[in-house]
Amino acid sequence: MIEARELTRRYGPTIAVDALSFDVRPGSVTGFLGPNGSGKSTTMRLILGLDRPDAGQARIGGRRYRELRWPLREVGALLEARAFHPGRSARGHLAALAAGNAIPRTRVDEVIDMVGLTGAAGRRAGKFSLGMGQRLGVAAALLGDPAVLLLDEPVNGLDPEGVRWIRDLLKSLAAQGRTVFVSSHLISEMALTAERLVVIGRGRLLADTTVAEMSAGSASLEDAFFRLTDTEVEYRGATS
Amino acid sequence: MSGTTDRYGLAQAARMEWIKLRSLRSTWWTLAVTAAGTVGIAVAVGRNSRDASADLVNNALAGVVPGLLLAGALGVLTMTGEYSSGTIRATLAVIPRRPLALMAKAVVFGVVTLIVGEAAAFTAFFAEAATLRHGIAAPTLGQPGVLRAVVLTGAAFCLIGLLGLGLGAIVRHSAAAVGVLVAGVYVIAQVIGFLAHGAAAYMPILILENSLSTTRPVDCGPSCPEFLSAWAGLGVLALYAAIALTAGGWLLAKRDA
Ligand SMILES: Nc1ncnc2c1ncn2[C@@H]1O[C@H](COP(=O)(O)OP(=O)(O)O)[C@@H](O)[C@H]1O
Ligand SMILES: [Mg+2]
Repeated sequence: MIEARELTRRYGPTIAVDALSFDVRPGSVTGFLGPNGSGKSTTMRLILGLDRPDAGQARIGGRRYRELRWPLREVGALLEARAFHPGRSARGHLAALAAGNAIPRTRVDEVIDMVGLTGAAGRRAGKFSLGMGQRLGVAAALLGDPAVLLLDEPVNGLDPEGVRWIRDLLKSLAAQGRTVFVSSHLISEMALTAERLVVIGRGRLLADTTVAEMSAGSASLEDAFFRLTDTEVEYRGATS
Repeated sequence: MSGTTDRYGLAQAARMEWIKLRSLRSTWWTLAVTAAGTVGIAVAVGRNSRDASADLVNNALAGVVPGLLLAGALGVLTMTGEYSSGTIRATLAVIPRRPLALMAKAVVFGVVTLIVGEAAAFTAFFAEAATLRHGIAAPTLGQPGVLRAVVLTGAAFCLIGLLGLGLGAIVRHSAAAVGVLVAGVYVIAQVIGFLAHGAAAYMPILILENSLSTTRPVDCGPSCPEFLSAWAGLGVLALYAAIALTAGGWLLAKRDA
């Protein structure tokens, strides 16, 4: 369970996240949808305690991220930007993270197998393609077998087969009762992966709903999404 | 292992940092070049020494001056490499208590550079002694002040390395942080050495050359500052490293990752 309450973050004059409140529940994939620049990545960083909110707070299982006892065993995260050193092998990177939260070394090879990097695990990660980098990020997120997963645009850079793999993986993780929160700017991808949706525009909450509910009133989910985000843009245009 | 703890702590954080440090080839290259350079200069000094009354120990340790720069730069890169690659976010997701994350880095990096520094200093000392010619008697570790000079010089690698680590945490960009390190340790030291003799005694390189690596007080006449004693010099270098690490830890905790 992830709870965001009135999360707010400014960067200079930009309000990246604006009094954002929502819950993400276990047992289903929740899509975090919004156009580019709408504040999805910032929200993810705020939840993980990497950036500081100007107001509001986020809790995971009732605790703030920095209060977690073994963070990787409770929360797994794939961030938008690469988070590994190009000179280190995938195995070295994962072994280091595992050691930091006393995760058994055998788990490293397990997750390497799960994401399909077995043959490349000893190579310098700097030579990885975008898709292999994403797979390494997913491996890091799965390392602690966490009950809560946050993934920021995980299908970026993946080939069609990889996209399908991520989709199936996320669904199976949710089916195991985990909380899965996954961002995307692609409504079509979310339509196939998510059951619930948190939609934002310009840092504000536009809808906290299910895929079924949202597509009910429109010809398609895509239409519903554009209507929602258009309103936001018009509203913004009228007041600023 | 961690069976009794119910939360990550320094032990886990340090284990993570040790794996990170040793899994980068550049770590070992830099340390190897640092040690080889230090010893190489000692050999050159040994072969060319003609003055038996010189402080031969101090001369043997001359190679430490460029070696220190590499240790400091490695300290900088150990921190700034996390920012340029984005690894800092993975690190802080594992160890969200940020001062602890930096402390673990300092402990691991400090121990590694101390071991390498001592190995380099002792090897340099023996290499010079073994290559002395022109009938000059080699110094021995039993002579007054010799063991102290060699040991404290080795420790300087560690302290300048930690100073670099702290600067890396403060500045975050590799080139800028290395620039600050070089300016602070080398350039400003020379400038102040010319302009303000009193302050010169507190400049890192002059502490190394005139306080740590000498077997006898340096006196270069009335134009010379009064140099610190060996132990006071070590204390001042440790203080610099501590200030940089404290400021770096504070900023790390305060800023966005
Ligand atoms: N570190 C930062 N510094 C300055 N502006 C930022 C920073 N991070 C995000 N922003 C701005 O905040 C807004 C939201 O960005 P982001 O969270 O990356 O959106 P999304 O992930 O939905 O594309 C954008 O206008 C972006 O330019
Ligand atoms: Mg984004």
